[in-house]
Amino acid sequence: MKRAQVARVAKVAKVAYGGAIHDAVPHPAGLQLADGRVLAEEAVVWLPPFEVGTIIALGLNYADHVKELSKELTVTAKDEPLAFLKGRNALVGHRAQTRRPAEVAFMHYECELAVVIGRTAKNVKRADAMSFVAGYTVANDYAIRDYLENYYRPNLRVKNRDGGTVLGPWLVDAAEVPDPHALQLRTLVNGVVTQQGNTRDLISDIPELIEYLSGFMTLNPGDVILTGTPDGVVNVNVGDEVITEIDGIGRLVNTIVADATFGR
Amino acid sequence: MMPNIFQPPSGATVYGTLLNHREALAALGDQVHAAPYKAPPKAPILYIKPRNTWAHPGDAVVVPSDTHELQIGATLGVVIGRAACQVNMANAMDYVAGFVVMNDISVPHDSFYRPSLRFKCRDGSCPMGAFMPRDAVVNPDALAVTVAIDDVEVQRTDTGGRVRSVAQLLVDVTEFMTLNQGDILSIGVSAHAPLAQAGQRVRITIAGVGELENTLVSEASA
Repeated sequence: MKRAQVARVAKVAKVAYGGAIHDAVPHPAGLQLADGRVLAEEAVVWLPPFEVGTIIALGLNYADHVKELSKELTVTAKDEPLAFLKGRNALVGHRAQTRRPAEVAFMHYECELAVVIGRTAKNVKRADAMSFVAGYTVANDYAIRDYLENYYRPNLRVKNRDGGTVLGPWLVDAAEVPDPHALQLRTLVNGVVTQQGNTRDLISDIPELIEYLSGFMTLNPGDVILTGTPDGVVNVNVGDEVITEIDGIGRLVNTIVADATFGR
Repeated sequence: MMPNIFQPPSGATVYGTLLNHREALAALGDQVHAAPYKAPPKAPILYIKPRNTWAHPGDAVVVPSDTHELQIGATLGVVIGRAACQVNMANAMDYVAGFVVMNDISVPHDSFYRPSLRFKCRDGSCPMGAFMPRDAVVNPDALAVTVAIDDVEVQRTDTGGRVRSVAQLLVDVTEFMTLNQGDILSIGVSAHAPLAQAGQRVRITIAGVGELENTLVSEASA
């Protein structure tokens, strides 16, 4: 990841407009490209707001969500964070569409605080961990529970589907977020709040996750940690507008579409 | 870079396939019906070897201080040549650029219930080596694979005996996710993967594809 992409700008997005990809910053009318053009939010194609490296996601990292899922958990004791990886095929930006296969019964969003790594981290201790964070964005990490199998669970067929990991709209500089462990999260489906939580309830907080992960794998700039989701995941249907929102970080919009949109 | 060495481009994803070798799956026996698994795998079970694991032929592989040996996962990597989504048996191989010799190294572990990043994602634990273009490989499902440690052969297996052949794996994986140009999908590690320790030299040979050699070193000496 180029340094410029984690420059000390309070909020930066990556958008496609007029045949090119641009960095953009917030503007009262929507957003402003680095070249000066001011545009409405709807006028551009929003991409994930940074050059994404390894995508690490956490499962069962909010106490209330663990309780919500407990009836289907085979093992409840948790001796280390449940982390898994995702591929870039899963990534889409703000205002994108995500496909819901007609055959499934339970597809749900997950509103998550995404922590973006800013410099190489290996064997980092908890006390130093926050200095390795470049910034934050909002993630909506969809799952289709119909495809759960008990091998490397949650298996990739559940969690690594094309367009199933929505990131954005903004990369918010870490300096703009004095306490990332006091952020209110919520999800709205068609305008109705269906999920609420607060990052203060993370079971493994950000320093603990960085210490844990960097203890066995080197984290690099652009790697991102999706810190898990709180209680309140519900099924979404074709046509639903899903907004995942974190106070001070962003409001991320996604629309659920049918197989037909993808020629299936 | 040597001309016949392939490394995934920046932005690519390297996927491994769990329990695709019939004998490796059979080794679990009745466990697949018991908790926590409760049923045999249905769709392909994949995992990711992230970019911190990628390594070249000849690179030293560090044996982390919390284990005294590493499992050597000789396998064939299928290199994707163009975006593959919902491919079928008739056209699957059209999406393949070629094949690489892979060493999908793990810290030995017995449970496949949870994604095992601590065991599968150690720095440098996925050396990838010799590349062979698709058309130079007559049948990727019938290639002899040998592993030698300090020049002594410790495993002889092949790329066959899979639950899913290369083409079938591409069909079943791209049903639920797109593989992009430069991505690698391994056919999975065979049963009886050997163990190696710091100081040992590991050579994997896949007939018709090539060789991959790396030496293991202790974390203290790295």
